[in-house]
Amino acid sequence: MAISKEDVRYIANLARIGLSESEIEHFQKQLEGIFEYIDQLKKLDVSAIMPAAHVLDIKNVTRPDIVKSSLDPKLVMDSAPAKQGQFFKVPKVIEG
Amino acid sequence: MKLNFLTAHELKNLLDSGRNTPTDILNDVKIRYEETESKVRAFARTPFFDQVKIRQDADGPLAQIPVAIKDNICSKGDLTECSSRILKGFRAPYDATVVEKLKNSGAIIFGKTNMDEFAFGSSCETSCFYPTRNPWDLDCVPGGSSGGSAAAVAADEVIMSLGSDTGGSIRQPASLCGVVGLKPTYGRVSRYGLIAFASSLDQIGPFTKDIRDNALLLKVIAGYDERDSTSVPMPVPDYLKILGKDVKGMRVALPKEYFVEGMDLEVRASLEEAKARLESLGAIFKEVSLPHTEYAVAVYYIIATAEASSNLARFDGVQYGFRAQSGNDNDSKGLISMYKESRGQGFGAEAKRRIILGTYVLSSGYYDAYYSRALKVRTLVKQDFDKVFSDFDVILTPTSPTPAFKIGEKMDDPLSMYLSDIYTISVNLAGLPAISLPCGFTKKGLPLGMQIIGKPFGEEDIYRLAFQYEQNTPWHKEKPKL
Repeated sequence: MAISKEDVRYIANLARIGLSESEIEHFQKQLEGIFEYIDQLKKLDVSAIMPAAHVLDIKNVTRPDIVKSSLDPKLVMDSAPAKQGQFFKVPKVIEG
Repeated sequence: MKLNFLTAHELKNLLDSGRNTPTDILNDVKIRYEETESKVRAFARTPFFDQVKIRQDADGPLAQIPVAIKDNICSKGDLTECSSRILKGFRAPYDATVVEKLKNSGAIIFGKTNMDEFAFGSSCETSCFYPTRNPWDLDCVPGGSSGGSAAAVAADEVIMSLGSDTGGSIRQPASLCGVVGLKPTYGRVSRYGLIAFASSLDQIGPFTKDIRDNALLLKVIAGYDERDSTSVPMPVPDYLKILGKDVKGMRVALPKEYFVEGMDLEVRASLEEAKARLESLGAIFKEVSLPHTEYAVAVYYIIATAEASSNLARFDGVQYGFRAQSGNDNDSKGLISMYKESRGQGFGAEAKRRIILGTYVLSSGYYDAYYSRALKVRTLVKQDFDKVFSDFDVILTPTSPTPAFKIGEKMDDPLSMYLSDIYTISVNLAGLPAISLPCGFTKKGLPLGMQIIGKPFGEEDIYRLAFQYEQNTPWHKEKPKL
């Protein structure tokens, strides 16, 4: 499958990753090679096959609804790059 | 002999007999670290020398044994950075279940080992810190992604270690470094506290110097955990009891797709010798077919990257570690821009490549053609194994298509790097347990490994065959010259 630089730019935006022009060019070439390889899956007829999301035969795992202590908020907040009190601080989201 | 060269079960005997004290072990391990770490660079950062204390009260199967853990396994209060810039400064707020279990068994958590960034790689070269080197040849890679955990054990810097395996990340470095590495059955070991790469494939597992230690360490870390809803509520057998049982009549399958024209001749020869050795011990071999093998790498790089793109969405400059400097400016360009710049600067090239690939295969218009199709082919890969295991106890294959390659050799060619997991990837897709153990050396002195694949929860079959092979061959006693 052909992949354009525009495709890489579009996907990088969906993934919220800022890329430089040279990265876009580099990834475009490499991804084209990788897609050429994974396109071999198209040789198989899978119309009658059920998908396997994972291998275990377990579904809807639940546990009793019991109150337990949670993580220490201080330890959790300690690794945040910006915080105010017990909140994560981020750049302004809504224009005033 | 210096104690760092011994196994956990040998050390236990020395401690029990009173010939050595726990301090003796720790001293020898520290000295070895100081002598060799600058060459091997197995650790992500300096181990916990200040915190490491002899636990006088410790009483358990791993009492006083120094164990290293991969940098993607959380240990409370310690830096846990997945060898990635985007987690710079992240201290885990809790212990992973495996760390709790290690501590309860008396083990000493010695340090965090280097890895490919977020476990994306097969060479330990995508670490944001530095590449780890192979103790057998410092110009070669140790394999990956758990290259640091494998190299630390191979270099006798630590007695045993934990890694994680999503497509071969325990077995391939075990093979390249000449140690024993097991990927347990999916669901056997809790992943609570393992920073996720691909949730339908990841498993934590042990690296050790021999099979007995491996069984010992698996027994400690295995078991149901309500905090991991994919862990399976099945009793944990005493894996040590199976060691020593002969292999007479064990049915071993050799998949013809794993032994092809053009394969590395030394790898092939080592497997042929292993087969002859095991036959002489009474195992019965037969060739089988796993017809969808050729599709496994393609399926894996769709499913694993899709899951990774989702799991790594949480690293956005808000909660953990790193944020791009511009994201903190008062006149910053806003939240989305902060995400993009933090992720653009925080992730290395391979992480970005995989997130983009994974986002692509999940995106509107391509989901059916790639992701959905890959899940269906995954069913076919699994059915191939189910069929073989209706007639066989285990499957024997090489672990890696080649011995350790040179640092830098594959870094610019992602596809050739991906293909170094060609023998290990199907096992994760099918959720099976598999071990890599030493089976010889190349003429140049690099270790070779073989892989034994078991049925779901068939770790005992694997250990039974592996132990008999190990006890009848000299390989596990060889040490690199450092």
